[in-house]
Amino acid sequence: MLETSEPVLQVQGLKTLFNTRSGNLHAVNSVSFNLQAGELLGVVGESGSGKSVTMMSLIGLLPTPPAEVQAGSVMFGGQDLLKLSQRSLQNLRGRDIGFVFQDPMTSLNPVFTVGFQIMEPLRRHMGMNKSEAQARAIELLDLVGIPDARRRLKDFPHQFSGGMRQRVMIAIALACDPKVLIADEPTTALDVTIQAQILELVKELRQKLGMAIIWITHDLGVIAGIADRVMVMYGGQVVEYGPVREVFANPAHPYTRALMTTVPSVRGARAPKLNVIEGQPPILSQHPIACPFRARCPKAFDRCGRENPARYDVAPGHDAACFWDYQTGAPR
Amino acid sequence: MLSYTLRRLAFAVPTVLIISLIVFLMLDMAPGDPTGSLPLTIPLEVREQIRQSLGLGEPVFVRYFKWLQMTVITEPLHILAGLTGWDIAPGGPRILSWQTRSPVGDILVQRVPQTLWVVGLGYLFGILIALPIGVISAYRQYSWFDQVGTFVSMVGFSVPTFFTGIVFILLFSVTLGWFPSMYDTTHVVRDWNSFLFQAKQIAMPVAVLALYNASQISRFMRASMLDNLNQDYVRTARSKGMGEQTVVLVHVLRNSMIPVVTVIAIGIPTVFTGAIITEQIFRVNGLGDALIRAIYVSDWPMVQTITFIFAILIVLFNLIADVLYGILDPRIRYD
Ligand SMILES: Nc1ncnc2c1ncn2[C@@H]1O[C@H](COP(=O)(O)OP(=O)(O)OP(=O)(O)O)[C@@H](O)[C@H]1O
Ligand SMILES: [Mg+2]
Repeated sequence: MLETSEPVLQVQGLKTLFNTRSGNLHAVNSVSFNLQAGELLGVVGESGSGKSVTMMSLIGLLPTPPAEVQAGSVMFGGQDLLKLSQRSLQNLRGRDIGFVFQDPMTSLNPVFTVGFQIMEPLRRHMGMNKSEAQARAIELLDLVGIPDARRRLKDFPHQFSGGMRQRVMIAIALACDPKVLIADEPTTALDVTIQAQILELVKELRQKLGMAIIWITHDLGVIAGIADRVMVMYGGQVVEYGPVREVFANPAHPYTRALMTTVPSVRGARAPKLNVIEGQPPILSQHPIACPFRARCPKAFDRCGRENPARYDVAPGHDAACFWDYQTGAPR
Repeated sequence: MLSYTLRRLAFAVPTVLIISLIVFLMLDMAPGDPTGSLPLTIPLEVREQIRQSLGLGEPVFVRYFKWLQMTVITEPLHILAGLTGWDIAPGGPRILSWQTRSPVGDILVQRVPQTLWVVGLGYLFGILIALPIGVISAYRQYSWFDQVGTFVSMVGFSVPTFFTGIVFILLFSVTLGWFPSMYDTTHVVRDWNSFLFQAKQIAMPVAVLALYNASQISRFMRASMLDNLNQDYVRTARSKGMGEQTVVLVHVLRNSMIPVVTVIAIGIPTVFTGAIITEQIFRVNGLGDALIRAIYVSDWPMVQTITFIFAILIVLFNLIADVLYGILDPRIRYD
């Protein structure tokens, strides 16, 4: 099913930088990936690797200035989102592409009722009147598992727990039946049992509604549990991309390999101790002309300092950006 | 919300009582004497009689309670009776101004309208100018609009009103002759022309106060908007596809108004006290003018009453600010 379906989202050569007072920051460099209809794409990478900036660039959610999307194309529904006007993007956001953010405690507006905030996109995009929107909002709260939905519409965000608020956020994101749901570390701020509940909810909703999902996380365990495909990012670039099983079985990039050993229980067996990847994340003040991972890479050799490796096919649908061949253990 | 309001109220009453005691004692201990301004030819016994008749011979706490009763019950009832024509004015002594020998309440009733018009309009216009400026400055931070706004409000805020007042008089009355420099309190609005005159004579004091207040409030508004524009919920609103107008004027503004409204409410009494100077410059014979004159001639009952009114206003508007905060912020309302 993975390879045959038509991609809903095709990102090509996306490049985003920030013009800050202390110079430019090349946060996203030539990122390309596809999202197939109905699939769940997991995105991993350490803090600052450009996961959020990539996803916000897609849909014009970054503040400009300082952000500037310099190059690339984002094909969605036959049009390039990077060429759309603000107005058309607004029509698209919340209707065709839904967002869930990391911190449910601050992502909802504290002075409006939860009902108002769910009904807003319904009235904006679906042209519903108040009672239609209300009926749909109740339906949505039921869907995300909030009991006593009708009464809770009148409650304010602070009257909900963190996990409940994230369910509300998911309800908002799903309100208009989007084709794509982008969830940016939706469970990071929640405690473990609540995380598991939210994951279960998303799995269930996927089955019911069939939208494609991009799920950003630090947790490879989560990726292993729910994703069809995984994209590993480092220093604003995609370093490895492929079907989850394939990547977990044959990680081809040294960074992916290092990530897997830092996670205690990816494949059941517990690593004796939590490995930490040594060294500092790269400085992004220039467009990368060398491999961003070389300073921390155990396999680095001279070529890694001269060129930035392009992505090569490791296996069908599985690629990595590295000069080192994981199969032969020698430079390519 | 009700218990919240009652809690606040329960604090306000003792506060007012303590303030009243302090106001009374401080001025009671101050030098000065009701007979001090009388001709020297009046013999000592007569002076003593005058003092007795004013109740000054009694112990201090007796005088305090009498004063308190007159200030919070007798005088307000007399004022109310005068305004409504109801027959509720109690008998018994009233607080008399040492200077004019007439009841303080009656004098204040004549003074308050001028102050309310000038100060009230000054504050109202200040708010009306400040809010949009604050919103636009924040939304277009560092734009030329914001830079100009920042500069003007810095000037408006740091230059005292007596200075702007004098500059306005020199410029618009003396040089250009557009507006009268003195406020004629006896002027009555009867028709269009007399209304125009009223508008003209009130324009400058109102403008001076409005400029000062607008500088302050627009800064608050801007800061509060900036705080909120960076909040996560703003990104959420955008991610739902809401237009910029909705994002800024519904989501951000509604949150930003919470601290601004409380600042505006708390500021109302300080505007009264601050307007003393503006009243002096433009010769508006309002409350502030009455206070200054009373201080010059050691008319302590007058000073006590006006000071106490200011104190009550401060406590009252703090209370109102608290309640407004609760109304505007559901996190407090549902405590
Ligand atoms: N508004 C901004 N202004 C300047 N730089 C920014 C801004 N937002 C993000 N960045 C920079 O862009 C880079 C990528 O950030 P991004 O938020 O995409 O990382 P991330 O992979 O999502 O990390 P995390 O896991 O911590 O969320 C970082 O170096 C960050 O400092
Ligand atoms: Mg992020």
